[in-house]
Formats: sequence, C-alpha cells, structure tokens
Amino acid sequence: MKAVDGVRAGDIRALARLITMVENQAPEAGEALRLLHSYTGKAHTIGITGAPGVGKSTLVDQLAREFRHRSKTVGIIAVDPSSPFTKGAILGDRVRMQDLCQDRGVFIRSMASRGAWGGLAETTADVITALDAFGKDIILVETVGAGQDEVEVAKTAQTILVATIPGTGDDIQAMKAGILEIAHIYVVNKADKEGADLVAAELEHYVSPIVEDGWQVPVVKTVAIENRGIAALAESIENHRLYLETTGKMAGTMEEKARHQVLAIAQRELMGKLLKIGANNGQMDS
Amino acid sequence: MTGERRIRILIAKPGLDGHDRGAKVVARALRDAGMEVIYTGIRQTPEMIVEAALQEDVNAIGLSILSGAHMDLFPKIMAGLKEKGMDDVVVFAGGIFPADDLSALKEMGIQAVFRPGTTTQEIIDSIKANLS
Ligand SMILES: Nc1nc2c(ncn2[C@@H]2O[C@H](COP(=O)(O)OP(=O)(O)OP(=O)(O)O)[C@@H](O)[C@H]2O)c(=O)[nH]1
Ligand SMILES: [Mg+2]
Repeated sequence: MKAVDGVRAGDIRALARLITMVENQAPEAGEALRLLHSYTGKAHTIGITGAPGVGKSTLVDQLAREFRHRSKTVGIIAVDPSSPFTKGAILGDRVRMQDLCQDRGVFIRSMASRGAWGGLAETTADVITALDAFGKDIILVETVGAGQDEVEVAKTAQTILVATIPGTGDDIQAMKAGILEIAHIYVVNKADKEGADLVAAELEHYVSPIVEDGWQVPVVKTVAIENRGIAALAESIENHRLYLETTGKMAGTMEEKARHQVLAIAQRELMGKLLKIGANNGQMDS
Repeated sequence: MTGERRIRILIAKPGLDGHDRGAKVVARALRDAGMEVIYTGIRQTPEMIVEAALQEDVNAIGLSILSGAHMDLFPKIMAGLKEKGMDDVVVFAGGIFPADDLSALKEMGIQAVFRPGTTTQEIIDSIKANLS
C-alpha cells in the first residue's frame, strides 16, 4: 500500500495524509493499520491529562524538548473537544508548542474528539500506531482536559501523567477518583504559585500507602513555563518505562492495546458494511 | 461515522503584529460552521506556517495580517507550500491590504482576500465554495 510505504520511508506528508485517512475512518484505513502494526512496538506512549488550563500543552512542549535533548524523536497528539452541535472544533494546543515546529524530529498533530467521550477521539489509538510505525521514540498524548473522567487514555498510553495545580480548590478530595487511580505519575504544575507544597503533600499522602505491583507513584512539582522540574519529570517517566520493561508489563500493555484496537477497527468496519447493506435494501435511512 | 470527511483549516498570523482578535473571531465562526480549526497563535514565521499545515494536513489556510508585511511574507509561504507538494491547499487572507496589491496577491495563488468589513458568513461561503 502506497500510503504505508510513504510512512515507512519517513515521508512527513505521507504520514500526515495517512493520519487524515485514519481519522476519517476511510475505507482503506483498516488495511493500512493492519500493515502498519507489524512495524510498531518501539514507541513509549505517554498520556497527559488534567483539568482545563493546568498546563498540559506547556508540559508537553517542555517534555518534547527534554526528550529531544536526550536524542529521542517525538510525536505529539493533542486532542480538543468537538462541538456536539456543529461538529466544529478549535484546536489550539499548538499555540504553546510554537518553537517545536522548527524541529524535524518532532511531529505534532491536533485532533478533534469528534463526539467520543473519555478525553480522546475514537481513532487516537490508531494515530499512535501511525506515529509508532513512522519511528517516533516518544509519543505524547494530551487529552481534552474537560475535567471529566478522562480514563480512556489509560487504555491507550503506557505511562499516564495526571497534572494538577495549586490554589483552585481543585484539591484531591475534589478530584475525580477515576482520574487519580489511572496516574502513574502526579504532576503538580504551576509550582511557582502559592500552595504547591500543600497539594504535593496531599497527593503524597494519598499515594504513600499504595504501592501497586512495585510501582510507587511519584509526585513531581514543575513550573512548565520556566522549564523547572521537567528533567525530573522526564526521569520519572523513564523510570516508569524501565519498570514496565523489567516487570514484563510493557509487552502486556501492548498486547492489551492491540487487542482493544483490532476489535474497535473490526467493529467499525462491520458497522460500515451493515449501514451499506441497510441503505441498499432501502431499509435504513442513510 | 465511517468515512466522514471534515474541513480542516489552519488559521495563522504571520509577522510581528500582536493583535489576534480578528483571527480569533474568524476561527470561532469557522468552528460554528462545522470546521476543525487549528489555531497556531501570533508571530508565525512562513516556515512555521508551512510546517504546521503539512503536519496537520489541512485543506485550507487562513492568513491574518495587519502589519503590511504581506508582500514580503506571503510569497515565502506560497513557495514553501509548493515545495512540500501542497499546492492544492486553498489559501485565503484577511486583514489590511492596499487595493494596489490585490492583483499581485491573486497571482501568488491567494484564492480570496477579505478586507475590513467582510462578514464572517462571506468568509465561510467563500471557503466552502473554494473547497467544493
Ligand atoms: N504560573 C504558571 N503558569 C503556567 C505554568 N504552566 C503553564 N502556565 C500557563 O497556564 C496557561 C494554560 O496553559 P496550557 O498549557 O495551555 O494549559 P492546558 O492544560 O493545555 O489547557 P487546555 O488545553 O485549554 O485544557 C497558559 O497561560 C500558560 O502559560 C506554570 O508552571 N506556572
Ligand atoms: Mg492544551
């Protein structure tokens, strides 16, 4: 398949177009993804979630730089909500990632949620597959950040960062339990603001009794706009990857993810066929 | 859901002027017309705009400019798009342009120019017509 060959050859335009095809759930998308799957498994996918305005995009921007310093190539997927009424969307996360544009080792793609719940678009996992097959070492996924239970990312990424900030009254009692549970790393961003130590201490207190399968969830304070704490955060992410690898969980999460994804694609294809049959028989409005 | 197509459009502000109110109004109007609008913010170089358009695989680009530097910046953007094989992307421009420049802008490949007083509906209609 030509689209897949282009991606494998490192052609950025081919990658961008393939992502559009996947995102539109075009008829050839399933076949392309099946072909791409055999080239995946190298990337480390990191999800970043948290309420609106906590600094997810700024963190992604700084983390991308940090990983570039460590000679890793980076793919970024930033998801924003679609309007349920008009289906339109404003995708504005790139505003915080301006300078990354100049770096050929970074590829950024904005995605509209297109009606999906849970903080991602229905096809975000497929776009990750494309970036992985393209050869990206690190894939950063920013969720919608609607402050809802954005737990979909837990099925899609290997390392989950949950970001919060001081002084919003959005303390951990108020944070949705679902969100807290999916975290592998807590980030207290805007640590330049008053109350950061308090939030960090509360989170420490929340996590300290919980050592799940040998992973102690760290709490990392950052000031993303000043690039403070970012190296430590990257270090924690790296530690989590090592943890996943040494415990054999990395292979497990990938298998789980692949199963999830294959099922979703099959479901979509079946749905498409059913709709077509229905339309042909005139039994269903198209 | 299957096989759905959406208009993806990049709204960018090349050059050094820092006023993006107009660009934001247009971005919201296009969203309300059902488009997916990628907004990249102010002070974009031609290279940044071309790169963002490439990565986002947009169907159209809207350039908002008030500084008067369009005759310098736009040709660079159009050349960059061509170089990346994106000649099929529809480019339009909004802002302040002397009447004398309009034919040169057309020649460059800018499909539509919206000067002050244009309604958002006119912009939407024009983009849709250019993309069909
Ligand atoms: N004081 C302070 N401000 C910050 C910090 N990090 C980010 N900000 C600011 O917080 C605002 C929101 O940052 P974003 O990165 O856009 O936040 P986000 O979570 O991606 O926002 P949404 O995508 O809209 O949910 C911006 O004005 C940033 O400059 C920080 O460490 N300290
Ligand atoms: Mg953001």
